[in-house]
Amino acid sequence: MECVFGLVGNGFAIVAADTSAVHSILVHKSNEDKIMVLDSHKLIAASGESGDRVQFTEYIQKNVALYQFRNGIPLTTAAAANFTRGELATALRKNPYFVNILLAGYDKETGPSLYYIDYIATLHKVDKGAFGYGSYFSLSMMDRHYHSGMTVEEAIDLVDKCIMEIRSRLVVAPPNFVIKIVDKDGAREYAWRESVKDAAVASA
Amino acid sequence: MSIFEYNGSALVAMVGKNCFAIASDRRLGVQLQTIATDFQRIFKIHDRLFLGLSGLATDAQTLYQRLVFRHKLYQLREERDIKPETFANLVSALLYEKRFGPYFCQPVIAGLGVEDKPFICTMDSIGAKELAKDFVVAGTASESLYGACESMFKENMEPEELFETVSQALLSSVDRDCLSGWGGHVYVVTPTEVKERILKGRMD
Repeated sequence: MECVFGLVGNGFAIVAADTSAVHSILVHKSNEDKIMVLDSHKLIAASGESGDRVQFTEYIQKNVALYQFRNGIPLTTAAAANFTRGELATALRKNPYFVNILLAGYDKETGPSLYYIDYIATLHKVDKGAFGYGSYFSLSMMDRHYHSGMTVEEAIDLVDKCIMEIRSRLVVAPPNFVIKIVDKDGAREYAWRESVKDAAVASA
Repeated sequence: MSIFEYNGSALVAMVGKNCFAIASDRRLGVQLQTIATDFQRIFKIHDRLFLGLSGLATDAQTLYQRLVFRHKLYQLREERDIKPETFANLVSALLYEKRFGPYFCQPVIAGLGVEDKPFICTMDSIGAKELAKDFVVAGTASESLYGACESMFKENMEPEELFETVSQALLSSVDRDCLSGWGGHVYVVTPTEVKERILKGRMD
């Protein structure tokens, strides 16, 4: 089952997501990146129905870019989160998107922030959040070890603890995870945690 | 599980002597899992009018946004703040508009009307108003709240005594409900000031 979790540290926000693309009992691939870079200082980690996940996050990404083109300045993280919630809420009673989102961002004025947006468009600003079956383990680990103002090293340590817990205690645990970070220098990939590597594709 | 019990909530409003108190719990949950312990359920419409929204969190957020929009338009047209009785009618009308596809919310409205007379009311999810002279309750803990308020309520309480009564009623009721709790948020409103206080109860 898809695991996504994230937390806010001292001047940065970190999100981690599993990287398996699953259909019923078959694992299509185990290096699917579910954390999209929304713009220079925002990350959107999404879990849920795979078609909806890709389509919806791309739609949000393009609209965030459009705002920047039209107005010359980027959206704040709070504005992007509220826009995302609005789109989910509008679609909810017509053609709902089954996508759960953790939106992490860094604003110069307000610092790092993390927004929990579930598939029925409930929006809440949080310090730590998680979705999926993995949330039962990662949220508990974060409740125990999280404190405000963690350094990157402490946060990565906590993320690794959560991944270890998910791997050992979840019955259909995803083998690989991707970790991305956003801070004043922008949004970027931090690391992969792989325990199963896809076989290299044979060259033609 | 009913859709009204998906997120969990507890709301109470009580009338005092030329003042009123409105209080809520702080838990945001997704069925059995707790997501946040600082969720805001009571919103200020203007200095003398407060709205609490229990039930499904996403609909509470959508409804709040629509109501703030309508009130801002009202302020532009009428050049004054809306009266509590009028606002209650507005909420009731908005809810009944969606009679066959309702918002899964139960609002609690509390305000100071003409000559600082306190006004409280609640309504069901399709806008059936319920005016009361003493107290109104809503949320998953409503049955416990009815009992607690009925036994603790006295007429013409001063703001400090009203605060104590509302707090005790709220905390004792949410302690018997697993879906609400994690502290309390109490607003005591008099003609001259608004006092906002956070309660620390059983954090479970």
